[in-house]
Amino acid sequence: MVTLAKEFNEQLVYERPESLADVHTHYCPGCTHGTAHRLVAEVLDELGIREDTILVASVGCSVFSYRYFEVDACEAAHGRAPAMATGVKRVHPDKIVFTYQGDGDLASIGAGEILHAATRGEKITAIFVNNAIYGMTGGQMAPTTLIGQKTNSSPFGRDVELAGYPMRMAELLAMLGGTVYSVRRSLHDARHILQAKKAIKIAFEAQMMGLGFSIVELLSSCPTNWRMTPQEAVNWVRDAMLPYYPLGDYKVAEALQTKSGRGRP
Amino acid sequence: MARELLKGNVAFAEAAIRAGCEAYFGYPITPQTELLEHMSRRMIELDRVFLQAESELAAINMVYGAAVAGARAMTSSSSPGISLMQEGFSYIAASEVPAVIIDIMRGGPGLGNIQPSQGDYNQMTKSAGHGDFRPIVLAPATVQEAIDLTVLAFDLADKYRTLVFVIADGAIGQMMEPAELPPMRELTRERPSWALTGAKDREKNLISSLHLGAVELEALNIKLQEKLQHIERSNETRYDAQEVEDAELILVAFGTAARVAQTAVQRMRAEGLRVGLFRPITLWPYPRQALANLTAQAKGFLVVEMNAGQMLYDVREIVGAQIPVEFYGRMGGTIPMPDEVETAAREMLQKIASKTTAREGSNGHVS
Amino acid sequence: MASGRIVIDIERCKGCELCLEACPKDVIALAEHLNAKGYRPVILLDPEHECTGCALCATVCPDGCITVYRDLPQPATARVREAA
Repeated sequence: MVTLAKEFNEQLVYERPESLADVHTHYCPGCTHGTAHRLVAEVLDELGIREDTILVASVGCSVFSYRYFEVDACEAAHGRAPAMATGVKRVHPDKIVFTYQGDGDLASIGAGEILHAATRGEKITAIFVNNAIYGMTGGQMAPTTLIGQKTNSSPFGRDVELAGYPMRMAELLAMLGGTVYSVRRSLHDARHILQAKKAIKIAFEAQMMGLGFSIVELLSSCPTNWRMTPQEAVNWVRDAMLPYYPLGDYKVAEALQTKSGRGRP
Repeated sequence: MARELLKGNVAFAEAAIRAGCEAYFGYPITPQTELLEHMSRRMIELDRVFLQAESELAAINMVYGAAVAGARAMTSSSSPGISLMQEGFSYIAASEVPAVIIDIMRGGPGLGNIQPSQGDYNQMTKSAGHGDFRPIVLAPATVQEAIDLTVLAFDLADKYRTLVFVIADGAIGQMMEPAELPPMRELTRERPSWALTGAKDREKNLISSLHLGAVELEALNIKLQEKLQHIERSNETRYDAQEVEDAELILVAFGTAARVAQTAVQRMRAEGLRVGLFRPITLWPYPRQALANLTAQAKGFLVVEMNAGQMLYDVREIVGAQIPVEFYGRMGGTIPMPDEVETAAREMLQKIASKTTAREGSNGHVS
Repeated sequence: MASGRIVIDIERCKGCELCLEACPKDVIALAEHLNAKGYRPVILLDPEHECTGCALCATVCPDGCITVYRDLPQPATARVREAA
């Protein structure tokens, strides 16, 4: 590729990151899981930490995430990735350990585990993909499903009387003592994707600095289960999800302040 | 090293530390909490990994994480907490990483009580959670055995890359007895080649229990079953037999029930009655051959347990239908007393003499 | 005026069209043919060389299918030669 550029007097502006495995993913067309994977891989490349990184994969559409990163990985039980990551990190405090979780894994079955990993200040990074639905199992309601949103297990629309309110995890985790970085970003357009990447980088830097628990919540789309085209789906993230899940920095430790000036939405 | 007066739970913990346990994750639950507390002090003193997890469920998943990272990891709990951990057992077993679990059993089912019981025998010996697998199970009857078997557990776990359970009723966890601790082993920080340590200068490692294709998963299961068969053939069974050589009636028991049965046997032998005691120490692999050999001269077996009759069925299966195998047990955290066991044994001796034994598995009675 | 080009991995592409929507110059289009997975991949359709190498397409691509190049500006020596 580099040879080509020289020949035609071009510069390379963008290519696939090395930390992203050269395999075709199983994700649906337009699914922003792919985008999130790409951003994490770009950050691992830029920080030069691929060889020291261990992924704790979780259960959901991203159950095969370990196929897509060129890092050591293990598969946790549903919801337990933060606990498993705790075990890995406490044994290998010098390695970079991250979890990659969806809204069912992190906010439903794994709510206890993420809360406690955060409050303990586990020096791990959680990448939280919030698409307001359970994708892998075919489109059921998630703790982050919006009020009125129809899903396979809320066919009449989420009713607060029956099912309560959607959970705002970035805000919740920000309140815990061990959390040093808790932000929400979105993947619905190029500008927000680039801002999300900056946040992911800061989150990993927080771990490299040994500060504590870091999490980036990424508002994401699910075209298949939302019954939309990919572009319609990212538009829905912008129009329906953003108002309920405001983008922002909910906790930024002082040591990260200068870094966090970049990429604020 | 000198003998000292040790509490069972403390002995389990300190033995694990001496054996090279690097990471302990646990949660308080009676009657094993002293194990956690001892770990909370000693592991920190020794700059090893200790964490009181938010639940037993989190604890076993932390053990799983430490194990895939290549560390000697362990947890402990009691019956209701063990039920919570079953998810982790299955994943650990399928992943073929070593781990040591200590179950200090209490009365159940449900929340039950905090009194000693042997009610988890089936749960611990028949499976390691969902799916086809079973762990190695060791059953101490004294504080000294608690120490020795805990050290053995780590070695067996590493040797076979499997789960090893050490199970004891609550009395053993709580009692104090003189015992000797082994010297401190040096921690080997060298990680196995399969461990997750960061993919530096090598291909990435993956440890997962997910195998979507049936062909793939069957192959894994065949491998796991072969491992179990290999363990069975590898002479890892342990047992203790007292006065069985000429015994007509053999009591079969493990843990505290065996100590009670032993007293009954001693009293009856003092009167010249031909009774003996067979005490398995490995509940899996069960010392099948040693027990089966006793059918040559024994005329009856009396299984004594602190449950509704669980090991009873294993003994019946090994002994076969020709010789009566009966049961005496107490439930709900009740420890049988030597008198009761003696009464049951004498009744059975009479039946053997008059050849009128019948098969039944009831609780607190022999019929 | 910067000029650029993109190279698309058409076998990896799932035809989600996010890049098509993101492109400010409308030089990305769905191909007529299907790739091996059965998707209509996207292609660069840029007869007027309007692609600027802005990389918005690569930024939104969930599958990392797109490699982006941009022309380097002409070196100063070449311009001097022209003037002379």
